[in-house]
Amino acid sequence: MSAALEAKPRRGARAEAFARAAYRFRRSTLSVIGLGVVCFLILIALLAPIIAPWPEHVLGATATSARFRPPSLTHWFGTNELGQDMLSLVIAGARVSLAAGLAVVILGSVIGTIVGAIAGYVGGVLDDILMRFTDLNLTLPSLILAMAIAAALGPGLTNTVIALGLSWWPGYARLVRGEVIARKEEQYVQAARAIGAGPVRILSRHVLPNIVSPIIVKMSLDMGFAILSVAALGFIGIGVRPPTPEWGALLAVARGYMPDFWWTAIFPGLAIFLAVFGFNLLGDGLRDVLDPKARR
Amino acid sequence: MTALISIEGVSKSYRSGAGRFIGSGGDVKALDDVSFQVNRGESVGLVGESGSGKTTLSRLLMMLEQPSAGRILFDGKDIATLSSREVRSLRRRIQIVFQDPYASLNPRMSVHDIIAEPLEVHKDVVETSARARTDRVVELLETVSLGAQHLYRYPHEFSGGQRQRIGIARALAVRPDCLVLDEPTSALDVSVQAQVLNLLSDLQERLGLTYLFISHDLGVIRHICDRIVLIRHGRLVEEGLTETIFTTPSSEYARTLIAAMPDIDPETPWGP
Amino acid sequence: MALLEISDFALGLTSYEGEARVLNGVSLSIERGEIWGLVGETGCGKSVTGLSISRLLPSPPARVITGQIRFDGEDILRLSDDAMRKLRGRRIGMIFQDPTTNLNPAFRIGVQMIDVALAASRDKPQLLGLKGGEGAGVRRRAARALAIEMLRRVGIEPADQRIDDFPHEFSGGMRQRVLIAMALIGKPDLLIADEPTTALDVSVQAQVLKLMTALAREDATAVLFITHNLGVVAKICSHVAVMYAGNIVETGAVKAVFKAPQHPYTRALMAAVPKPGVKRGGLEGLAGVVPNLQTPPPGCRFAPRCHLAVAECTAALPSLRSVEAGHGVACIMANPSS
Repeated sequence: MSAALEAKPRRGARAEAFARAAYRFRRSTLSVIGLGVVCFLILIALLAPIIAPWPEHVLGATATSARFRPPSLTHWFGTNELGQDMLSLVIAGARVSLAAGLAVVILGSVIGTIVGAIAGYVGGVLDDILMRFTDLNLTLPSLILAMAIAAALGPGLTNTVIALGLSWWPGYARLVRGEVIARKEEQYVQAARAIGAGPVRILSRHVLPNIVSPIIVKMSLDMGFAILSVAALGFIGIGVRPPTPEWGALLAVARGYMPDFWWTAIFPGLAIFLAVFGFNLLGDGLRDVLDPKARR
Repeated sequence: MTALISIEGVSKSYRSGAGRFIGSGGDVKALDDVSFQVNRGESVGLVGESGSGKTTLSRLLMMLEQPSAGRILFDGKDIATLSSREVRSLRRRIQIVFQDPYASLNPRMSVHDIIAEPLEVHKDVVETSARARTDRVVELLETVSLGAQHLYRYPHEFSGGQRQRIGIARALAVRPDCLVLDEPTSALDVSVQAQVLNLLSDLQERLGLTYLFISHDLGVIRHICDRIVLIRHGRLVEEGLTETIFTTPSSEYARTLIAAMPDIDPETPWGP
Repeated sequence: MALLEISDFALGLTSYEGEARVLNGVSLSIERGEIWGLVGETGCGKSVTGLSISRLLPSPPARVITGQIRFDGEDILRLSDDAMRKLRGRRIGMIFQDPTTNLNPAFRIGVQMIDVALAASRDKPQLLGLKGGEGAGVRRRAARALAIEMLRRVGIEPADQRIDDFPHEFSGGMRQRVLIAMALIGKPDLLIADEPTTALDVSVQAQVLKLMTALAREDATAVLFITHNLGVVAKICSHVAVMYAGNIVETGAVKAVFKAPQHPYTRALMAAVPKPGVKRGGLEGLAGVVPNLQTPPPGCRFAPRCHLAVAECTAALPSLRSVEAGHGVACIMANPSS
């Protein structure tokens, strides 16, 4: 009898959750700016082959007669030591850098989630072993560790991603372990155990779906730093190497021509800055919206 | 009447304070030599305040933990001696409804998935096909006076009373004999509590369920229970028929609790 | 003039769906020494009322739409934040539901109580038994003596030793007593207590509440006691206001209202309480939920759930009418008793 009366005005569950999140997000100007910057960069990365004014330069074509041209209407960002259009390279670099950053963060979060989930759920001695190993990794600055791994693997985009990913996971392991331990005590998990559900089911259906938000927040906050780290490895020459138009690698080349041909360094540098800035603002905004601890 | 659940001299201790590496603190006895029975088809109120051991007892009954001493018999069988297959089938026969209808439903699962979960876990003995499970979920929603239109909504779209109905439907899904009701109405408004209590007594009559009703609210216990078991600091203080305990309590503690229960008459005295 | 006079107070709260009028013309007046119970279901605006009086709602999302809240003759909605902060510590005391979050775990309870007493004594040196103008040491010693006395009055013994304990060294019930002592140490004129005992055991609840009201009576403190427990209101309050969906629907002396409730909502709440003699399964529940205040129903907000509702009910929001001296009901069906 009461059911019909109790029914609330209906809106799709997901639509409502989204509207709620969007409302909270919109109230922070900085988050919206961050989202705008990130969308802009992603758009450029996706459309790179179309919008680059000199696509053949990205593929390696040179124009030695037009070396070191300063910024002009033909070459907005100037040209480099091979006469290649810097704007085209920076645009192409967006694609490489963003993809590399994303790959690093995904690799790190997947490894970290697996380690953290096992440690947190199983507990006991296994938890101790896994977490001491994690702590050990955390004591080494991830960039130093990545440099060691990268040096061992050799340069190149894939190796850079592997090296950084392997040094990136401990933060996620700690985060996920803490979340899993907290979620494990939730009543709905107790309810599932009382029903007779096994550990795989409990982890996959009840625990992990409820900790996706903090992981995504951390990923977006980490994206900027991951892009920066990819660039750093490229810059010191053990990461991505020219002619791949990665921002760090562009900087590495430009280093030799500073300060006379400043445009070869300034524009890749600005691009890195913009990416780090955008992802950090976005991550902060997402944290306010998604992280259950910040909620209510 | 035959005993469905028989608690025989059950104790449970926890190690206190110290962690795994530093020696041991003293043991804390959460339950100390507690014995009572719950007969088939009756509803027994387990009453106690915080720290009384009532939560520990419910965890033991749900087989989430093992007693340190004593036995728990279900249908005459010691649950500690059961094979893992028998434990699974026992888990089906005894289900729990939790106190907090906001915390006990996974916010990321639809009503359908929440209620169907016990059916999936026990699909070897109950509805086997996905189709049959959905039919059963619809039937359960109607049993608890919610309609099939709620099937694919999420917990946050429901009021507290509706969520508790979902929790009850989940508990009933695998056709249990016995429900452990752990403070099922203490998080609800009194108006909603009345509906849930009515639903529970209606279900008991229709399905012949046995209830172990855990609560600190004596008004609710008096309304819904045939017998009362009163525990304090892990020990059984008093046990008997509900009306007997309310009219002629034999322990000081029962008298204190009854006196502390505020009725809605502004003219009767209150307090111990 | 009453100590607290809320008149036609309407408050909007903005969420992603837009603004909802969560308080819709609330009027309430509390005299010194009265203990008011504010009852109603979850989401009726009880807590928001308490927070509005203490001005603890951030704005936005909260926005005062109309009305006044006069405390001792002064409209507190017009006070500066600074003046309000002083009022809050010294003349309006507050106790909230969860005792663990209201004591700073890093400080001994004495330190926290003495701070409150010192702040309150700035305007009223007689609180510490002083004339004013004494040195800091003297005032501090007097404040400590007062804190010990307050602990003793709430039954914490030996008070002169326990005053130097940390919050975690007290049980839940004891902590709630400490909070009561702390809320009352500055002898506030008004105490707002929002569900102060829901986290406590029944036997402790009775003690704590009786203590709170006894102390309030001694000092003629006015109390606004926010709760969903009708039984507790019957036992400790002198007056009661029943709220539904942002309105006060019935108000009056506890004895008058509980003996002869007039509003269908009050009746329904009282009928839903389990009582001896009601057959199992025979409780009268109240179907439906508090309406969404973004889109409230027309006219009487209770009409959709009311079994007595007629077409006229949806025409206009009924205002409180007096059915007998001091007993007001907001329902067109209510008849003044002869």
